[in-house]
Amino acid sequence: MLARMMRNTPAAKASRRGFLLGSAAVSGALVIGFRPSAGSAQSATAPAEAALTPYIRIGADNRVTIAAAHMEMGQGIYHGTATLVNEELRADWSQIDVVGGANNPKAFGNLMWGGAIQGTGGSTGLASSYDRYRKAGAAARLMLVQAAASDWKVPAAEITVERGIVRHGSKQATFGALASKAAALPIPANVPLRDPKDWIYIGKDRDVLGKLDSRAKSTGAQVFTIDVKLPGLLTAVMIHPPLFGATVKSFDAAKAKAMPGVVDVVQVPRGIAVVADNMWHALKAREAVTVAWDDSRAEKRSSAELMASYRETAMKPGGANAVTAGNVDAAFKGAAKVLEATFEFPYLAHAALEPLNAVARIGNGRVEVWGGHQMPDIYQAIAAQVAGVTPDRVTMHVMKTGGGFGRRAVADGDIIQEAVSVSRALGGRPVKVQWDRENDMRGGRYRPAYVHYLKAGLDKEGNVVAWYNHIVGQSIMTGTPFEAGYVKNGVDPTSTEGAHKLPYAFPAMKVDLTTAKVGVPVLWWRAVGSTHTAYAVEAFIDELAEAAGKDPIQFRLAMMKDSPRHVGVLRLAAEKAGWGQPLSAGRFRGVALAESFNTFVAQIAEVSLENGQPRVHRVICAIDCGIAVNPDNIRAQVEGGVGFGLGAVLKSQLTLDGGKVVQGNFDGYEVLRIDEMPQVEVHIVPSAQAPTGVGEPGVPPIGPAVANAFYQASKRRVRILPFNRPENA
Amino acid sequence: MIRFTLNGRAQEANVEADMPLLWAIRDVIGLTGTRFGCGQALCGACTVWIDGQPTRSCQTTMADVAGKAVTTIEGVSGRVTEAVQKAWVDLDVPQCGYCQSGQVMAAIALLESNRKPTDNDIDAALSGNICRCATYQRIRSAVHQAARSLA
Ligand code: FES
Ligand code: FES
Repeated sequence: MLARMMRNTPAAKASRRGFLLGSAAVSGALVIGFRPSAGSAQSATAPAEAALTPYIRIGADNRVTIAAAHMEMGQGIYHGTATLVNEELRADWSQIDVVGGANNPKAFGNLMWGGAIQGTGGSTGLASSYDRYRKAGAAARLMLVQAAASDWKVPAAEITVERGIVRHGSKQATFGALASKAAALPIPANVPLRDPKDWIYIGKDRDVLGKLDSRAKSTGAQVFTIDVKLPGLLTAVMIHPPLFGATVKSFDAAKAKAMPGVVDVVQVPRGIAVVADNMWHALKAREAVTVAWDDSRAEKRSSAELMASYRETAMKPGGANAVTAGNVDAAFKGAAKVLEATFEFPYLAHAALEPLNAVARIGNGRVEVWGGHQMPDIYQAIAAQVAGVTPDRVTMHVMKTGGGFGRRAVADGDIIQEAVSVSRALGGRPVKVQWDRENDMRGGRYRPAYVHYLKAGLDKEGNVVAWYNHIVGQSIMTGTPFEAGYVKNGVDPTSTEGAHKLPYAFPAMKVDLTTAKVGVPVLWWRAVGSTHTAYAVEAFIDELAEAAGKDPIQFRLAMMKDSPRHVGVLRLAAEKAGWGQPLSAGRFRGVALAESFNTFVAQIAEVSLENGQPRVHRVICAIDCGIAVNPDNIRAQVEGGVGFGLGAVLKSQLTLDGGKVVQGNFDGYEVLRIDEMPQVEVHIVPSAQAPTGVGEPGVPPIGPAVANAFYQASKRRVRILPFNRPENA
Repeated sequence: MIRFTLNGRAQEANVEADMPLLWAIRDVIGLTGTRFGCGQALCGACTVWIDGQPTRSCQTTMADVAGKAVTTIEGVSGRVTEAVQKAWVDLDVPQCGYCQSGQVMAAIALLESNRKPTDNDIDAALSGNICRCATYQRIRSAVHQAARSLA
């Protein structure tokens, strides 16, 4: 999602630089990244710890704590980070803890974004961490070995390290026993990394390495932002403007302030906060606050109105050109057959299960902020500005979060602003701003609504000779700090990714983008542009294959001579699904293929008809994400991606009525439930290429795979999402 | 003052009768394993047991629980609980983990009453529990695994 941030800096260069800088100054300020979060269980009694690198600390109690550069929201990056470290370090798996690193961009900057700032997004976590954390593990291991060598007066080369024990002949020591001595040594640079043939953790399944936090997450013990406890912590609930762009004219909180537990009702730049001793008191008092809004500059259009205008625009030529190849007009003139189709995509809410929240406290000129900080350095600057201090006075505590899907990577740090501004209004008292579901769903930052108009020409043999795609919708990056670096010639690449570069070799191709100006805040939503482009492209390809009288897989393969990794996943999925072999009566298959974030995924869905809707029974997935560091986590992410994407195409939509968001909770905004979850099989293409991300790429193909299977079952093409729209009945 | 049993022990809570159980156990009593997801009995994140029955604590008032036995994720124990939590860990079911207290509470309750649930039984018992990470496939497998280990 943020993959493109600062990508012009070569990642490899930044990688080396980031590590060396981090290593050079391990003592002092750099260790700040390790400060344990007061919201976490370990904080109160943290034993003495020694920092071996900015990423690895070892306690006298023999615990190994790894500070991860990427926020954990369920994608498994803490697990991946620990796997990379321990491949080199060789601690015992059970002695490892992973915490969120922060407050040190030199150590934690995202190398896929150039390395200057820390952030999670665009499925970059593992790619950014791959060398950095293996090097950190190797350096820490060598330091432990050197400490032992000098203690025991033996050559370092003769010392072995296995499962947390450093050994030479009859002598042995734990990491904890050697840690303080090891930490005093200079951090070695360029320690050679193990040869992949010697790996014992990378690429292994959960019988070797279970996720470290599965137990805490199965027993209720995991601490999320909503669970942070601090002395005197207050809870605030928000009243946001009912229309995007409306502002507070005046409010009356006299009644609310007299209610039990209420501490104050304060106006902050983003709305009104009702602050109480607990959530229930705050929620109840909120009912008693009356607000007069100034909606003179608010967005008041309905989504139906917006879609009608998008449709009209999409079907006319125009917009900014994202890509042109060949002579498109001539190619269409020479085509034997021309097909066209229009696809409509609604706004979508992220609706992570933990509604947005953050905790802030100000005191002695210092600010602390707990939250699911997807961009901690940016949020630190925002918190500093709101609190009126310099950023070095702000400590960010990165919590694990109950989902994210992109919602916690917001350039203006909405929830951070709220938490810090409410704390400031209360004289710095610790406060948790906790949105309820309705705040979360009506708070904006949606996957933008889009319309795609597609037109393609086939020659007499059924080959695609011309391709045209006009996309209409809002830009995610325009109006944010990312605009300057990424929006070029009127094209926001997050609007067109998945459409402007295709694996298919079309002799002539043109993709245009019209960016709509609408007052609804929009944002990256798990897999970003490919959530709509992959649907439009892959469903339309299916229509073309049919018009050409060709098998949809053969049709694709014939156009992908220069796309070996696409071909690889498509062939693997076809083989595993038994493509071409008969299915049981009433079942139908559909296929789709998408690359997102340098990861390649093909999916084949098996569906039947149930009350005019698709019932998805089975989904066969093939994925190529380079080296499979944690195969089981890859499977988990694709399984989850399929479920997340399937729910969205079948029934999720966020609509506006006169500018007001209609849906407020999971009754109106429907998501996938267990009874609709298909059996998902994930097959991983063996690869020696550097690893790429898996958090998002499982999402894009499922919609079109189901649409294409549904067409086989019903002879109906679904071009207006979600499937349960009345237009599709 | 409302008196009830919480995780097997007598509990008093000096709260209003209309306060939802969810906020009493989280914010007043301090047990945070039970989670808030929707506040409207739509997501199941807040699932606890009242007299052994899985119940949405966000839509249960303190008046409703007076004199009753409430069990939260912190208070479950016994063979079925162990089998379920072990299966959850063995299969690495949780992703973000936020929904999982509710899923586990619903799954234990299912297995307490049905030692050999079919996929349909599982779907019926757990369809009120949303997992936005869509860990549903592993939830199903883990319930089956727990059932097998209890057989
Ligand atoms: S919070 Fe109670 S069901 Fe969602
Ligand atoms: S594991 Fe994330 S909501 Fe279920």
